[in-house]
Amino acid sequence: MILGIDTSLGTAVAVIDADGAVRAEAASADPLGHAEIIGSLLQSVLTDAAHGPIGATGAPEPVALTHVAAGMGPGPFTGLRVGIAAARAFALGRGIPVVPVRSHDAAALAVLLADPFADVPRFAVVTDARRREFAFTVYEGIDDDGLPVRITEESLVARDDIDAALAEHGAERRDTTAIPGAMVALVAARAADAGRTEDLGEPLYLRAPDVTMPGPRKKVGQ
Amino acid sequence: MLGIETSCDETGIGIVRGRTLLSNTIASSMDEHARYGGVVPEVAARAHLEALQPTIEAALAEAQVTLADIDAVAVTSGPGLAGALMVGVGAAKALAVSLDKPLYAVNHLVGHIAADILTGEEVEYPTVALLVSGGHTSLLLVRDLVSDVQLLGETMDDAAGEAFDKIARVLGLPYPGGPEIDRAAATGDPNAIRFPRGMSRASDMAEHRYDFSFSGLKTAVARFVEQHEATGETLSVPDVAASFREAVVDVLVTKALDACARHGVPRLLLGGGVIANKRLRDVALERAEAAGVAVRIPPLSLCTDNGAMIAALASELIMSGHPASTLAFGADSTLPVTTIQVATSS
Ligand SMILES: [Zn+2]
Repeated sequence: MILGIDTSLGTAVAVIDADGAVRAEAASADPLGHAEIIGSLLQSVLTDAAHGPIGATGAPEPVALTHVAAGMGPGPFTGLRVGIAAARAFALGRGIPVVPVRSHDAAALAVLLADPFADVPRFAVVTDARRREFAFTVYEGIDDDGLPVRITEESLVARDDIDAALAEHGAERRDTTAIPGAMVALVAARAADAGRTEDLGEPLYLRAPDVTMPGPRKKVGQ
Repeated sequence: MLGIETSCDETGIGIVRGRTLLSNTIASSMDEHARYGGVVPEVAARAHLEALQPTIEAALAEAQVTLADIDAVAVTSGPGLAGALMVGVGAAKALAVSLDKPLYAVNHLVGHIAADILTGEEVEYPTVALLVSGGHTSLLLVRDLVSDVQLLGETMDDAAGEAFDKIARVLGLPYPGGPEIDRAAATGDPNAIRFPRGMSRASDMAEHRYDFSFSGLKTAVARFVEQHEATGETLSVPDVAASFREAVVDVLVTKALDACARHGVPRLLLGGGVIANKRLRDVALERAEAAGVAVRIPPLSLCTDNGAMIAALASELIMSGHPASTLAFGADSTLPVTTIQVATSS
């Protein structure tokens, strides 16, 4: 079983079986409050997952997790870090590895799996990056390992310029307001199966730290 | 008990067994802040995220225990930098749920007081506590560590450590300012220039008897330096450094001993990173002795921000029968000192 955690937008947590069946999901759409809610969400998915796949009514059994999938953004840093810190600490507690996942990959997989018979044209996952910017990543189709095919890296663009940027890539716009925890876990499961996990040490910050270098000393005057 | 502290620029992980210190491991992002001349919250938060896992592993190794030996997790909920605190809170909650162990969310400032327990000596209450760092300058009256801590006063503007950093910049000295000012002051005359003592006028004493302010002092030093630059008069950096340091130390010690006297408490505990300043320790010891006040100064590694003090406080809470925190709490950058533990279940 794999635990997926993502706090790049709201807070999303899920447990899936190795074959992708969702055992438990819990999420909050609140774009703030990640630190407040992450513990209760984790506890609730672990309790729920012990009863088997969603809909099953079996007696509780221990939840034997093999990986923790961590959504690495992009997203507002302060909240994003809460989920990554939680994923790392949880994995450390269980002695299992963390699989970093690009949060947009999880959103893209959700788009691609929404209707398995649909022919999804090239599209872009578009998320709020605050400061009047969007983060976007362009995808087209799904590969043999079941992972979305990324056409561009994650990028930032001014909100007013998003449609022009997507037109340049010939991509349909898919605004995304929630990253499903189960999809984060599924991307990790498929990447791990295919030996294609990514070594993302840092969150996908996309912006340098917000600091002003000290200038020349300001005079206090008389 | 494993304690996690991320309120400012140190990622601190401590492990204690009851009142016994097993490890006190700290990863500091101080070097990364040096080029900005002060702690940058976003830089600190990024560094915490990178440092947490390796620091926990190092602390376990140093304590010669594994996570299976951990009975409970403790974490700083506040006060401190919100984004930095959140990294620790997220990690602590996940670790507690992962290990299925209780979680204690506690107050950073009260943690500084709890650090003294780990020295192995009997701690007596009530005590006045003066906690001075780059993030806080607070004067507390502690009647009972786990149930009765009162804020007597705190800084109205900069923390004392910040004042050292800013004056170091004025004098063209590098960051962090504390040790640099100390070095420069070594050959200076502390009485060369009479810089103002903030919040010490008779008119301040009614409402702000135990509060601190360092902005007026900062301005006075900057103005003094500018005047010398303007007139081309030679400026003795050692004298300015020593006189500035004396003004800070004087007001800290005077107010702390005044609190001891007015509350009839013959004990003063010092804590926080600025306690590394030898002049502050010397003046405090000397004047306290004259006033009949016993001073306690934990080892420096327990004075600077650390996870061991957080674990120690949580241990005391357990030993006095306090239940664990619920999982429903966040980072509280302005957590009042009267809230010793947050999200208490009863
Ligand atoms: Zn502190």
